[in-house]
Amino acid sequence: MRFPRQHLALLLGVAAAFGISHFSDRIDAYLLDVALGIGINLILAVSLNLVNGHTGQFSLGHAGFMAVGAYLSAVGTVFIGPHFVGESPGVFAQNLLFFGALVFGGLCAAVAGLLVGIPSLRLRGDYLALVTLGFGEIIRVVFQNIEALGGALGFIGVPAYTDFGWTYGFVALTVFTVSCLVNSTYGRGFLATHDDEIASASIGLDTTRYKIVAFTIGAFFAGVAGGLFAHLKLSIDPRGFDFTRSIEIVVMVILGGMGNTLGVILAAVVLTILPEVLRPIAEYRMVLYSFLLIVLMIARPQGLLNFRFGKNRI
Amino acid sequence: MTEFLQQLINGLSLGAIYALLALGYTMVYGVLRFINFAHADVFMVGSFVGYYLGQHVPEATLWGGMLVLVAAMMTCALLGVIIERLAYRPLRGGPTLNVLITAIGVSLLLEYSGQIVFGATPRTFPQIFPERHFELGQLSITSNQLVVITVALLLIAGLQVIVFKTRMGMAMRAVSLNPRAAQLVGVNINTVISFTFALGSALAAAGGILYSMNYPSIDPLMGVMPGLKAFTAAILGGIGNIPGAALGGLILGGAETFVSGSQFSTYKDAIAFGILIVILLFRPAGLLGRFTVEKV
Repeated sequence: MRFPRQHLALLLGVAAAFGISHFSDRIDAYLLDVALGIGINLILAVSLNLVNGHTGQFSLGHAGFMAVGAYLSAVGTVFIGPHFVGESPGVFAQNLLFFGALVFGGLCAAVAGLLVGIPSLRLRGDYLALVTLGFGEIIRVVFQNIEALGGALGFIGVPAYTDFGWTYGFVALTVFTVSCLVNSTYGRGFLATHDDEIASASIGLDTTRYKIVAFTIGAFFAGVAGGLFAHLKLSIDPRGFDFTRSIEIVVMVILGGMGNTLGVILAAVVLTILPEVLRPIAEYRMVLYSFLLIVLMIARPQGLLNFRFGKNRI
Repeated sequence: MTEFLQQLINGLSLGAIYALLALGYTMVYGVLRFINFAHADVFMVGSFVGYYLGQHVPEATLWGGMLVLVAAMMTCALLGVIIERLAYRPLRGGPTLNVLITAIGVSLLLEYSGQIVFGATPRTFPQIFPERHFELGQLSITSNQLVVITVALLLIAGLQVIVFKTRMGMAMRAVSLNPRAAQLVGVNINTVISFTFALGSALAAAGGILYSMNYPSIDPLMGVMPGLKAFTAAILGGIGNIPGAALGGLILGGAETFVSGSQFSTYKDAIAFGILIVILLFRPAGLLGRFTVEKV
């Protein structure tokens, strides 16, 4: 009787998101901005956790998939959308268009994930890290060279469609998808791949397939997060999706404890608020992150926010 | 034809630098089976050591240049040993993923502390070696390119002697083949690994100085791109294989120079990753590597 409860939780989550969204005019603009930033990072971190945590691979290209989603969803709302809903769409048409654009961006990112994943996931972890990193750089170079999308100056004039409802609706969907997937019979394959790839392969699990599925789903949600990000910031700078962005997401996953959804959620919230609080010492942020990575790996590799309640839950 | 030869010379001098860096990746992978992400940042530190020392020796003299080169190599050898001792040794024998994450952490720590210590704005690397232009028919060769190629070849030859003719080299090869068996016959693994890091980091520092002579704008993030390309070179030649790394470096340097000379020059950074993905798809063991099956 576990699944119905989780479906209910998803419904409640989405309903709450849109309910709060209804009152978003009364929330302080700065707080709302931070809250949306947290939501986007939640989607990124929870989806990366499926790849880096549950499946035990190591992707450093999450920002690359985010870039794909950001650009293509913006193409959807700026270039393609007006053909269907006209220049000044009503509220309903606008939301429908935004939803379509987000899913379109996510699907394009998923296809990119599939294309990168198939060659590289046949290999071991450290190669994957390098290939995904290289892929992220290629994506950035490609977008910098497309003049129609603003080139190196960035894509400006993206409409402000991102609101509380869509952001946290997708947060709920991401958490739901990842935790249901991992807890399902099929999803045990991800954990088995993580625990021992050779042993899993020897009992007949197609580990490459599991890795590719995890990678593609992760890329989809990264693409959606990219779309939300683009319609929140209203302009896309290709340099905003570089290596440091990927590292930020990786740090969230590691701090929260790889393969621990609750911990990763906490870590994403803390690490989004922290830079806001620590603005005066902003240049030390990356030094702190990198130091944290080393110390955590040596002293507490299971993550800082990895609390286990009762039996081993995911 | 002239243009082709000219590009070949440019490619050779860039490739020689990639080869120096690739050797460090490949040696560490050989003994420890992990990718030392921080290697590219040791390269950066080497270049900055050269920058500071270069202001204290007489400019553009051969002995001054050699002094800077040797001093930077020694400083970075020490840095490499310290990194291994503090960050990697506590994790030896741990899960691969944890070591990989630590390596990325060390790399970022060096880059961003570099931004605080050295400043984020690019600096101009001093001219430490005398500079002349040689005209060979229609070809133009700078003395910097000659210095780069000569120093790189000498260092690679020296490395070959160390690895194949000395006791320490024999120990390195033994550890690379089987660490536990090497320990059983009396090889001190810790010494060998420290030595490998010292050697690799010294080569990286040399690479950093030679690179900055040809591309004299240096900043704390300068190592990232050459590091990734050198790593691609190491995989291209077959990781863990020393002649392979040198070969891979030369091929990659050549490919990159030809692409930047063509109409696709804005994609020159993407070419290395294109090669990486193709190699991993069709020949993951690299050009000179042998494919090994993992046994339980």
